[in-house]
Amino acid sequence: MRRTLLLATGLLAAAPALAANIDLEVEIPRLSVAEYHRPYVAAWIERPDNSVAANLAVWYDGKMRNNEGTKWLKDLRQWWRRAGRELEVPIDGVTSATRAPGKHSLSFAEGSAPLGKLPAGEYRLIVEAAREVGGRELLTVPFQWPPQKAEQLKAQGQHELGAITVQLKP
Amino acid sequence: MKRTLKLAAALAFCLQLPAAHAHNFWLLPSSTVLSKASYITVDAAVANDIFHFNHVPLRVDNLVVSAPDGSTVPTENLQQGKLRTVFDLNLTQTGTYRLAVVNDGVMAMWKEGDQPKRFRGNAEGFAKEVPANATELRVTESVSRLETFVTVGKPTAIQPTGKGLELVPVTHPNDLFAGESATFRFQVDGKPAAGIEVVLVRGGSRYRNQLEEIKLTTDAEGKFSVKWPQAGMYWLDADVTDDKTTVKQAKERRLSYVATFEVLPE
Repeated sequence: MRRTLLLATGLLAAAPALAANIDLEVEIPRLSVAEYHRPYVAAWIERPDNSVAANLAVWYDGKMRNNEGTKWLKDLRQWWRRAGRELEVPIDGVTSATRAPGKHSLSFAEGSAPLGKLPAGEYRLIVEAAREVGGRELLTVPFQWPPQKAEQLKAQGQHELGAITVQLKP
Repeated sequence: MKRTLKLAAALAFCLQLPAAHAHNFWLLPSSTVLSKASYITVDAAVANDIFHFNHVPLRVDNLVVSAPDGSTVPTENLQQGKLRTVFDLNLTQTGTYRLAVVNDGVMAMWKEGDQPKRFRGNAEGFAKEVPANATELRVTESVSRLETFVTVGKPTAIQPTGKGLELVPVTHPNDLFAGESATFRFQVDGKPAAGIEVVLVRGGSRYRNQLEEIKLTTDAEGKFSVKWPQAGMYWLDADVTDDKTTVKQAKERRLSYVATFEVLPE
């Protein structure tokens, strides 16, 4: 198994055109509430020991005066402790504005920022959402890297997140 | 009886001396984890119910707020109400702040003829005010530390002071999550404090029927671990006595440590 993985990695290194890919779809549910603010959302990849392998996306309000929007980054509690507090926002290619309810597609290619190179192994893709005057939700999608075949993995949110779909392409 | 204890606690604290059986005082910060430099506000009170203001305000004359770079942060808008003391802190640096109220003192009781006499104060005052040949003299020394921690951005290391009973974090006190275990070490004057009983009480006791105390004992290295059963503000208390007094007439030194920790939901 290990040998196969090593071989696979070797092949990938030799042929970057065949780089694996992660397509992530994040659904932000439409909520019927009196005061609605778009949620702060973070998506990242963790190793089994909770260390962060890649920060994929952080949606927050970066346009406020005096960087006031960073005040609520701590509400993405797990992201904040695992990654956020070690970083300076904005991060090119990672941070962007908050998004409206609906489905948002993101694509990450191996070898390119922000995914970069993931050594073969077990990982978790985590999506966390926190909404001002609302709640917080965290979804975890475990996966193996690199993918042996095209794979679709899903997680379903109940409160602040809708469906999370992870497409792995070898 | 209960009333006497409370009174003793209040009196002791007003006089900057901890009483033996009533350490129910605390600092309650409005936030412990911040992602942006900002103000926090802190409540300080003495009462038997943790984090419920129903007795007397805490005197914070000996409060020292240390910034991550070691400088002292001044309190702002300090007010002593009937039931609590309140102050604001402007946290401008990144890192971990320590809020500590350290009280130490000497308590003496003796007799002059038939008259019972009492003294509370520091070692110098004791030397001046208590006659050297006092009869039936009983002297106790005490050192108490009350603290909490607040972090802006990335947590920074907390340096032990090496004085009295203190908690040395193994797990950072601003990185506590329900369902996870945290480890801390107790030391007395810089040395491991083995076999000390540690009590943890989650706030909000008014809304449940049992106190749900967590009682733990430190191991040979002074360490203990706690798996947080749920999120909330926790009050920690540990007490120990020894004979390492600085005033030679004192037979006993009472050491106490109280802290507030915030545990976040996973």
